[in-house]
Amino acid sequence: MTLNSIAAQIRYTLCDVSSQTKTPHLGSCLSCVDILTVLYWRTMHITPNNPADPERDYFLLGKGHAASALYTTLAYRDYFSPTALYEHGQTGSQFEEHPGIHAPAGVETVSGSLGHALSLATGMALSKQLQGAKNRFYVLMGDGEINEGTVWEAAMFAAGKRLSNLVAIVDFNKLQGTGESTEIMHLEPLEEKWRAFGWHTMRVDGHDISALEQALEAAKSIQQPVCIVADTVKGKGVSFMENDNNWHYRIPTEEEVAQAKQELGIS
Amino acid sequence: MRNAFARVLTELAKDDESLLLFYADIGNRLFNPLKEFAEERAINAGIAEANMASMAAGSAMMGHKPFIYTITPFTTSRNFEQIKIDIAYQNQPVIIVGTGSGLSYANLGPTHHSFEDIALMRALPNMHVICPADAYELEQLMPQLIELDAPCYFRIGKKNEPAVHEGNPVLTFGKVHVMRPGERIAVLSTGTIMPLAQELVSELTEHGLSPELVSFHTVKPLDEAYLNDAITRFDHVITLEEHNVSGGFGSAVLEYVSEQANWPRVHRFGIPDRFIDQVHSTADARAKAGLTVADIMSTLSERGVV
Repeated sequence: MTLNSIAAQIRYTLCDVSSQTKTPHLGSCLSCVDILTVLYWRTMHITPNNPADPERDYFLLGKGHAASALYTTLAYRDYFSPTALYEHGQTGSQFEEHPGIHAPAGVETVSGSLGHALSLATGMALSKQLQGAKNRFYVLMGDGEINEGTVWEAAMFAAGKRLSNLVAIVDFNKLQGTGESTEIMHLEPLEEKWRAFGWHTMRVDGHDISALEQALEAAKSIQQPVCIVADTVKGKGVSFMENDNNWHYRIPTEEEVAQAKQELGIS
Repeated sequence: MRNAFARVLTELAKDDESLLLFYADIGNRLFNPLKEFAEERAINAGIAEANMASMAAGSAMMGHKPFIYTITPFTTSRNFEQIKIDIAYQNQPVIIVGTGSGLSYANLGPTHHSFEDIALMRALPNMHVICPADAYELEQLMPQLIELDAPCYFRIGKKNEPAVHEGNPVLTFGKVHVMRPGERIAVLSTGTIMPLAQELVSELTEHGLSPELVSFHTVKPLDEAYLNDAITRFDHVITLEEHNVSGGFGSAVLEYVSEQANWPRVHRFGIPDRFIDQVHSTADARAKAGLTVADIMSTLSERGVV
């Protein structure tokens, strides 16, 4: 399977799980699917049959409301069966709307309250730097999430320590919970902001699998923390969801899932 | 007490390479001895306490045993959510050190007073709360906290707190230390207000009473075995703390004993539910808060205890 077709399958499953389990945040999930696909199929050193491998790379989801996107990626990457995803949100389920401490194998930390992941990953990356270990740390943050001050505290710290084992990716879909992220806060010029904070930056089309792959590969040899600003579309891949912020909270009907399936080319 | 903290940490860090110190740009030369042999493990996290708490949690996940250190309000309330989610919920062995607790920094005003930190920390599942009374208690308890390998809040003083122990007893985390056995009345004190508790005991003794004096250095978990015994032995239990009288140590004791049969009367003394400002010294601030022997005796007298 090509990465594009894996990403399409993940997108369809996200729509179906959302519809069947009444889980929201579909728009936020769909915008980061290509980024997750490249990370898990190309960039990161992982061993799905041994999720606790001490030599693994770590992925931290900052925008915890997109938990479904992470769970679904892990399922298709063979950490567990995709059928388990339909336990989403049930009492006693590992698949909480925001990942908790009982989240399934492959989920490294809890998330939900925004702005924690970069700080956690910075501490982890610092520790591994002190230990002389080779692990790398990847953090995915929403553009709304980087409203949080701790993100910039961590950004200054990580740059100061030249944490070359740390990569931050901003899922820049231009929409946050209740409006346009570039209007709610003064986000742009975003790449320049990260550069001014001491990071090596790149800006890519967050839905261009090959561009993402190249950027993430290039990041491995840069001797400072790297921020990839990924321009994305909220609700990407489903025409009636794209750039419609109602899909931050809406649950698709069965008919809408069927249409999404057709648009995504899932047979 | 902060000098004792730096000294003990330096000693322990020599034998345990997993110990890390994150500090929020305070301490000046305090940590120089640690930096002399392990500069990379004495990490100035900048004036960014929330990030510091989460970074410490991240480093704990990678096998380090981190301390975070700054002035009490900034190491507890400013970064409360990071402590709740990254340290307590994920049960990471970070030792949160609050220096200059209570009214230690009285002259710096309410921004630097901490009278809510015990309440905040003890409300968090997995969190342990320890308030040593002096440098000796700090030195005895600190290695035990590292052994716990669990989230801890270590509430310490500033500097030059008087020593309260004679003969340097062995102290155990989670167990009270009875400084002086007594009957009918128990004075339970936590943290750096112990000298006031000692004065109070002297005063009560002059009134012909024989109070028991206890250092209750571990606020969470409470020493329930001691309290179960205390319920049968005392008519009055006095709690003393440099913290809001609501939600802190006294509340913890009251909550526990009130659910037991035939519990004694509990008299809680701490900072009343108001901000203490326009003061020049800790003594000044304590006086304004009613934390003096005279004020306490007056209340006890009104209540018919003495």
